Amino acid sequence: MSGAPARAGDGRPGFVRRSWSVVALPLISIVLALVVGAVIILASELLIPGQAFDPLLPFRAYAALAQGAIGFPPDLNAIVSTLVATAPLLLAGLSVGLGFKAGLFNIGAQGQFLMGALGAVATGIAVSSQPSFIAIPLALAGGMLAGAAWGFIPGILKALSGAHEVVTTIMLNYVAISLLAGIVSGPLNVPGAPSPITPDVGNAALPIIFGRDAHLGLFIAFAAVGVVAWLLYRTTFGFEVRTVGANSDAARYAGMHPRLLIVVIMSLAGLLSGLAGAGDTLGLQHHLTSSYGTTVGFDSIAVALLGRSNPVGILFASLLFGGMRAGAPLMQISAGIPAQLVDVLQATVLLFLVAAPVLRRVLHLRGTPAAIDPTPTFTGTYGGNDVAGL
Amino acid sequence: MDGLINGLYGIPVAGLLFQLLGYLVAVLPIVAPIMLRVACPLTLAALCGVVCERSGVVNIGIEGTMLVAAFVGWVVGVALLPVLPATPSPFFGVTPVLLIAFVAALGSAMLVSLLHAWLSISVRADQIISGTIVNIAAFGVTGYLNELISKSSPTSAGAFSAFVPPAALVNLPLVGWLFNMFLNQGPITMSVLVIVVVLQILLFRSRWGLRTRAVGEHPQAAETVGIDVIRVRYRNVVLAGLLAGLGGAALSMELTNSFQEGMTAGRGFIGLAAMIIGRWTPLGAFGAALLFASSVAVSQSITFAPPAGELGRLLGAIPGQFWDALPYVVTIIVVAGLIGRSIPPAADGRPYEREATS
Repeated sequence: MSGAPARAGDGRPGFVRRSWSVVALPLISIVLALVVGAVIILASELLIPGQAFDPLLPFRAYAALAQGAIGFPPDLNAIVSTLVATAPLLLAGLSVGLGFKAGLFNIGAQGQFLMGALGAVATGIAVSSQPSFIAIPLALAGGMLAGAAWGFIPGILKALSGAHEVVTTIMLNYVAISLLAGIVSGPLNVPGAPSPITPDVGNAALPIIFGRDAHLGLFIAFAAVGVVAWLLYRTTFGFEVRTVGANSDAARYAGMHPRLLIVVIMSLAGLLSGLAGAGDTLGLQHHLTSSYGTTVGFDSIAVALLGRSNPVGILFASLLFGGMRAGAPLMQISAGIPAQLVDVLQATVLLFLVAAPVLRRVLHLRGTPAAIDPTPTFTGTYGGNDVAGL
Repeated sequence: MDGLINGLYGIPVAGLLFQLLGYLVAVLPIVAPIMLRVACPLTLAALCGVVCERSGVVNIGIEGTMLVAAFVGWVVGVALLPVLPATPSPFFGVTPVLLIAFVAALGSAMLVSLLHAWLSISVRADQIISGTIVNIAAFGVTGYLNELISKSSPTSAGAFSAFVPPAALVNLPLVGWLFNMFLNQGPITMSVLVIVVVLQILLFRSRWGLRTRAVGEHPQAAETVGIDVIRVRYRNVVLAGLLAGLGGAALSMELTNSFQEGMTAGRGFIGLAAMIIGRWTPLGAFGAALLFASSVAVSQSITFAPPAGELGRLLGAIPGQFWDALPYVVTIIVVAGLIGRSIPPAADGRPYEREATS
């Protein structure tokens, strides 16, 4: 992400040019995805009989989406709803991005998120009558620890036996769903409730700072961008992470310990996703039901890829997708376009990002190699025969 | 005989195990057909994984592929129903509408697989990312269209019905329940057994199988002896899409007659687990899928017809979620090599780049 080394004789390209080369592809992908989305809206108008064809419907839909996300004129409630939708995406995106930096594919954000929520609520209930300045840190720590544990398992399994994290994290996602449902409808259940539900977390609930529900968790999420960026680019640990991601063998020859790093990184990734779950429950619902679910698992992968694993990039990507999620209900109400269009847009953005090499050929797009770098491949080690090299 | 059984049941602690065994034997004839019905989409998902990964392409988009097939199968049926009204024939309740919808479901799944193939083979994108795209897109597109269509409150085009085996066969002592298990099924579930056996033979005894495995283990070597790696991979991934499509069609056209948003509910991923535990073989995957299905069946059976006495109390104390999580925990244990290591094909997940000819 540090920009491609300038070719000899080329001179160092200017700042504008360098920035453009980094953001060109994501921006083009987003624009193309919006175009595809418009075509889908028009096509579905033709497919569904019984209504007049409105060629401007895509514009009305996108306008409603933007209005729901920011408001026109900018509206505090709309912006807060965008921030609320952004925070979990941001933290989980950082979690996946951190893995990407180290060459690890964490598809476990969903499970870590759920475990974080469970850990935070379980701790929160236990300390619900303590003063807030004690209860909140404890509940957050409970969530982060539970998430970290859910990241530690695939980490240690990979380090010890080479079990690929893609497989183990997928499986752990489903174990987390069952575990959460089991604990919420078992030990934590409020006796006599019509459907499984935990007690309220009481004083462990995150305070609302401004707006309708802009809680403390949002600030923690945005602060995490700085922390992760500092960790990655300003510390020895971050250097080792990036080295292991770039070349695990070279890292080992340089005296680093890739196995240990894998465990630490996966635990940290779990901690971030766990914090996302903790913030979501402690800040919004203040309790858990057995059907508590999230789409953060795949969304976070989209965010990390669009943000190119860079913390600042992930911030913008999560704001984009968070805004879409927040704006979707208004789009559904005022333009009659189902909210699932956001998923379609998300997938299309990724499709264009991934198909970048082909896109570049077709569009005759020029840029420094950094901008058109094909997305890295992590599944190369899936066959399991590279483990000896760790 | 009864005396012996009572004696075994009476042994402290170990007696419980015998009681459990006795209970399982007693409920087996009842749950067996349900087990196979639950295992059908799981097996087909796992087979999709086997055919893909044996040729070196990881496919976590099975879930999305199945979802698309389930949706297309249902929606084509709904759309054609006013045009081609038909009464169900005695043969599996087949109607022309259902047949066309079925073909459309398979075709759509193959198209989705083709997208995955293009991304992971030609574009050489990361195959997990490609699979993720398939999953998000499938969930989004089917959810989007389902939402639009449900405004017109569509009716269903019906579903394939189960074959009713002759009573004389089902009532045979000792083996009757087996006939009931395999014959009292719809056409897709019934065909699963055949597909498993045929794929097992093809994969290990045919030219296609040998080429597939060669490409999945060592593509460079395969290319050297004249096998077109790219073509083999494309063919396998698209063929695997057919299998996933069959699984999706089973969901919306045989096991139910409707579509709900996200109705695959993780079956594509359980299929991946079954494939891993079955060590990337069709028979093994089928066995694992049956095992997972039995975990579901046993938990339901315990809820509805708990065994008597101490054993019932013990089993009743196990939360239902334990049985839900069991397949995934077992998969993690197997992947980690704690019980019998399961090792994927060597070139699995690695994009193939033809070396430049000079």
